[in-house]
Amino acid sequence: MIGGLFIYNHKGEVLISRVYRDDIGRNAVDAFRVNVIHARQQVRSPVTNIARTSFFHIKRSNIWLAAVTKQNVNAAMVFEFLYKMCDVMSAYFGKISEENIKNNFVLIYELLDEILDFGYPQNSETGALKTFITQQGIKGQPQTKEEQSQITSQVTGQIGWRREGIKYRRNELFLDVLESVNLLMSPQGQVLSAHVSGRVVMKSYLSGMPECKFGMNDKIVIDKQGKGGTTDDPGKSGKQSIAIDDCTFHQCVRLSKFDSERSISFIPPDGEYELMRYRTTKDIILPFRVIPLVREVGRTKLEVKVVIKSNFKPSLLAQKIEVRIPTPLNTSGVQVICMKGKAKYKASENAIVWKIKRMAGMKESQISAEIELLPTNDKKKWARPPISMNFEVPFAPSGLKVRYLKVFESKLNYSDHDVIKWVRYIGRSGIYETRC
Amino acid sequence: LKVINCCVWDPSGEIFELKAELNSDKKEKKKEAVKKVIASMTVGKDVSALFPDVVNCMQTDNLELKKLVYLYLMNYAKSQPDMAIMAVNTFVKDCEDPNPLIRALAVRTMGCIRVDKITEYLCEPLRKCLKDEDPYVRKTAAVCVAKLHDINAQLVEDQGFLDTLKDLISDSNPMVVANAVAALSEIAESHPNSNLLDLNPQTINKLLTALNECTEWGQIFILDCLANYMPCDDRESQSICERVTPRLSHANSAVVLSAVKVLMKFMEMLPKDLDYYGTLLKKLAPPLVTLLSAEAELQYVALRNINLIVQKRPEILKHEMKVFFVKYNDPIYVKLEKLDIMIRLASQANIAQVLAELKEYATEVDVDFVRKAVRAIGRCAIKVEQSAERCVSTLLDLIQTKVNYVVQEAIVVIKDIFRKYPNKYESVIATLCENLDSLDEPEARAAMIWIVGEYAERIDNADELLESFLEGFHDESAQVQLQLLTAIVKLFLKKPTETQELVQQVLSLATQDSDNPDLRDRGYIYWRLLSTDPVAAKEVVLAEKPLISEETDLIEPTLLEELICHIGTLASVYHKPPSAFVEGSRGVQHKRLPARMGAGLGVAPAAMPASLGGAPAVGGGLGDLFDLGGGVGMPTGSYVAPKTVWLLAIKAKGLEISGTFARRGGIIQMDLSLTNKAMSVMTDFAVQFNRNSFGLAPAGPMQVLTPLSPNQTIDVSLPLSMSGPVMKMEPLNNLQVAVKNNIDVFYFSCQYPLSLLFVEDGRFYRQVFLATWKDIPNDSEAQFQIKDIHLNSDVASNKLQGSNIFTIAKRTVEGQDMLYQSIKLTNGIWVLAEMRIQTGNPNYTKTNGFRDCMQKQMYDSTSVVRFSSK
Repeated sequence: MIGGLFIYNHKGEVLISRVYRDDIGRNAVDAFRVNVIHARQQVRSPVTNIARTSFFHIKRSNIWLAAVTKQNVNAAMVFEFLYKMCDVMSAYFGKISEENIKNNFVLIYELLDEILDFGYPQNSETGALKTFITQQGIKGQPQTKEEQSQITSQVTGQIGWRREGIKYRRNELFLDVLESVNLLMSPQGQVLSAHVSGRVVMKSYLSGMPECKFGMNDKIVIDKQGKGGTTDDPGKSGKQSIAIDDCTFHQCVRLSKFDSERSISFIPPDGEYELMRYRTTKDIILPFRVIPLVREVGRTKLEVKVVIKSNFKPSLLAQKIEVRIPTPLNTSGVQVICMKGKAKYKASENAIVWKIKRMAGMKESQISAEIELLPTNDKKKWARPPISMNFEVPFAPSGLKVRYLKVFESKLNYSDHDVIKWVRYIGRSGIYETRC
Repeated sequence: LKVINCCVWDPSGEIFELKAELNSDKKEKKKEAVKKVIASMTVGKDVSALFPDVVNCMQTDNLELKKLVYLYLMNYAKSQPDMAIMAVNTFVKDCEDPNPLIRALAVRTMGCIRVDKITEYLCEPLRKCLKDEDPYVRKTAAVCVAKLHDINAQLVEDQGFLDTLKDLISDSNPMVVANAVAALSEIAESHPNSNLLDLNPQTINKLLTALNECTEWGQIFILDCLANYMPCDDRESQSICERVTPRLSHANSAVVLSAVKVLMKFMEMLPKDLDYYGTLLKKLAPPLVTLLSAEAELQYVALRNINLIVQKRPEILKHEMKVFFVKYNDPIYVKLEKLDIMIRLASQANIAQVLAELKEYATEVDVDFVRKAVRAIGRCAIKVEQSAERCVSTLLDLIQTKVNYVVQEAIVVIKDIFRKYPNKYESVIATLCENLDSLDEPEARAAMIWIVGEYAERIDNADELLESFLEGFHDESAQVQLQLLTAIVKLFLKKPTETQELVQQVLSLATQDSDNPDLRDRGYIYWRLLSTDPVAAKEVVLAEKPLISEETDLIEPTLLEELICHIGTLASVYHKPPSAFVEGSRGVQHKRLPARMGAGLGVAPAAMPASLGGAPAVGGGLGDLFDLGGGVGMPTGSYVAPKTVWLLAIKAKGLEISGTFARRGGIIQMDLSLTNKAMSVMTDFAVQFNRNSFGLAPAGPMQVLTPLSPNQTIDVSLPLSMSGPVMKMEPLNNLQVAVKNNIDVFYFSCQYPLSLLFVEDGRFYRQVFLATWKDIPNDSEAQFQIKDIHLNSDVASNKLQGSNIFTIAKRTVEGQDMLYQSIKLTNGIWVLAEMRIQTGNPNYTKTNGFRDCMQKQMYDSTSVVRFSSK
């Protein structure tokens, strides 16, 4: 199991050091600094073995987190734990920065003591942790016996993510379907790979211990219902449903029920959390198409023309559109003309950045640039990195639709109809690249 | 400024100040002081001098302050054991506190204080906490047992904590179960033989129930523990798989990977024709692909594991090539791993796409990645024959870029392509030769020299090219020197007239001016060969080379099996067994995949047929090959005789060995059962064979990894190779074995069935068979009758094929079935046989002849012995 956990700043100074196992000595702290943080080469592997000690490391802004072990630990678990640890810290004090860590080091030690015992990760749900690890000193301590046992039963219980006795005057929930659409296209406009990775994020403000059921236009479910004898036209339902390649769920979802009936039922945590993640590859709506044209005019000049076409309903508006056209390292000057938005050559990033605030569907826009190059004797040709794009659209490129979210709470007197529900779809670009 | 800094940081002054603050009456000031102490401790300053002052702050009702003091204690208790005792009282008191959080904190911290004197006091509180009414305290106490075991294993056993821990597996709270499982698994790892984790269907059922209810981490502990279980049959294994598959949809990648591990392992036991087996295969692909949308570090772990899974079961991901395409912004470690998997998945169906991608990668920035991409193109050419031409032309394009390292990599892989497809792509040699000057890496230079030497007759100025290398001969690396020597000798043999001087020169450079013994030896051999018998030299040097195989860097199968059992762990990331990087006793246990049911191992006959009893008991006779005991309709497979006792315990100071031989999937194995009938533990087993007729030798050391305690039996399977020294034995299949343990060395001899040596590619060409059959002289022919076999010719022929006896032809003459069969032995001897089966008559007549080009005389007796047993 995890033998020790260290947090360093970018210089390699130790901010937090907690050793759980006897086989990890103080020299491990220095070994990591010397061999990884101060190494000249960029990181070649997130797992480094130095003198028979393994270091798992991740970086958040310029903070290094390293878990150390001498045993054959579950590597996936160690990384998952490090991410979780970052989540927990952010939930307590915001951004993970040197200053925040220094100001909260007592809290971090307290958390580390609680969520990692002898190197074994324990309950790390922030909802549960916040009930008894507070920064308020004595005042925050649970006083009554009932309170105490409520905490321990929540931390160890089956529903470790929610406490009993939550009350809201207005029962409300927000569902965000957040998708990131990824594309790799060849210069000829052929889709090399495309997938959507989506998340359903839920903010719930519900009283009691509500039982929820979530439904979406999952092809498997719809087809099954179609077979059930309803008069639905099979062709129609086939179009409205989407094929989900795979999905994963928050701890609260009953996985065995999903496996057997493909229904998503759960008791939600209070507040904001990620209900599910999913991935689709079929019938993706690609919101934009990028058509590049790069021409080398002699050895010292490049002509670039890029057309973008929006491919969705004209009534919808895409926002925050940004096209990044890479330029060679030996660029000496750039002239740009664009029909819409603003374009600028950024020498430090070796790219022309073209920004458009808003663009409706079924439109197209164009940029052309002349790039002057310094003559070089470098034999290696310019690698021509792909043209990448960023944008945000108000629909789900996978075609996913939320069909229902039903809430049942038998003990309290509110019904599904009393709950105010909000659904929002946001599609963002993931890695959206076109080779040129 | 420096001077001032020095004055400000005066260590003794700081400590002094802290001391005063720690002893202050104000609570807030005290707490601030302890915080300062911890801060100094974190940075690595020595604040151990404050020990008594800090411990004094322990008696407080402020939980936060208490935790800080505990943190300090854990750090310094070891260096101040006597003072640490001062804290014991508070711990013991806290373990009785009405607040469960404080009880748990006390027992948790106490376990972290590694001082012997304290552990004594820990036992009583721990015992209470293990039975605490609050699950939070119980789950903490469960981990504490593992802590205590790490400090003093004997104490834990004596106090009976292990039994309490086992009871916690049946606890009502899932988190307590999970922690108990984690603790037990860890303790069991350091006691490989103890039956600590006594996994049986009942406990497994409890674990599976807890699995649905505990935290994500608890699920990982339980799944990792489940993976060590061996289901008793395929039905149980299927039912476990069914209950584990829902975990594949968990958001935590580690839960998913651990579930994959359990499934990959238990799948081994499912019959392949089962519907469920196919369903399971299909269910595995999506979650594995989803892992690739996790954070980069987890992607890396996932990719290293997928690399193993793809080697073990390529069918799972064969349609998922696209997801392994490299993204421009992937970290380099992800890129390199994806590339590896792309090559493994490359097939005729997707090769065009793969090649287009690889070509794209070859223009990227990172040198290592580009090199690997170029190499990958070469490997595609070797793996998918249809793509070879396209690969070669892609490589030529890349050579035209003149980027130094790209050119060199390309030349290295082209050499391999030449070896795989001789006389096909030699037209590109001219292009390669143009780049001779730019090669500065030994591997590329050596490859180029090899090409020049191998195709010397097609390169007009081969002598000039090689001569140019010769100038700096002594500055070259050994690899290049050896290659140059061979190349020039090849050139000389092909064009003797013009290159006499050159060959003289290289031979003298190699033999007289070099310090490298390998080079000198090779030089002398060539010299001798060339001077005594140029014809023989030609035969040796210009001999036809064996083709290179398709897959080069596959992980060796036994290691792969072991790594599959370690999916998700560090071992699977390093692709090394845990013993390679874990110190001490932990991880030394090698894990194995379970064996598939109902296949491979034939059922041993209960008794030998009477008619065979008369024959001398040389291993298994021909009758055995029919596998009479198995009955008709059993799946065919090589026959394995039941184990017989080879070494009696009375002759070997208590060690009894029984065993048999088997041929499984082309690998010869010696299956041994070692039983300890003595009073003391046996360790350090090793095995050696005497020289024998077919050069049988152990392919690796005998894997008896755990000490053999009294009355224990261990089954060992020892893979054998045919590379040992050869000496004719009497009888021919006699094998003398020496087994060593910590007590002594013991000798015994056993006899192996010759069918062990029948190789899988022993099928003779039909035409050749007929011609050869006629040529066999009468004196190497023998005839036998096999009685009492009630099989028809087809069944017989199927059964024999399981033992690599191939039926070439069959005809029916006068109601008799005639089967013509061929057998090939490991040393290349062919045995041809004619079998006459009279329908309705259970007696077979078999006529055998053998043919062997080289050493007929020596092995004349082979066939005699071989068949006299029938």
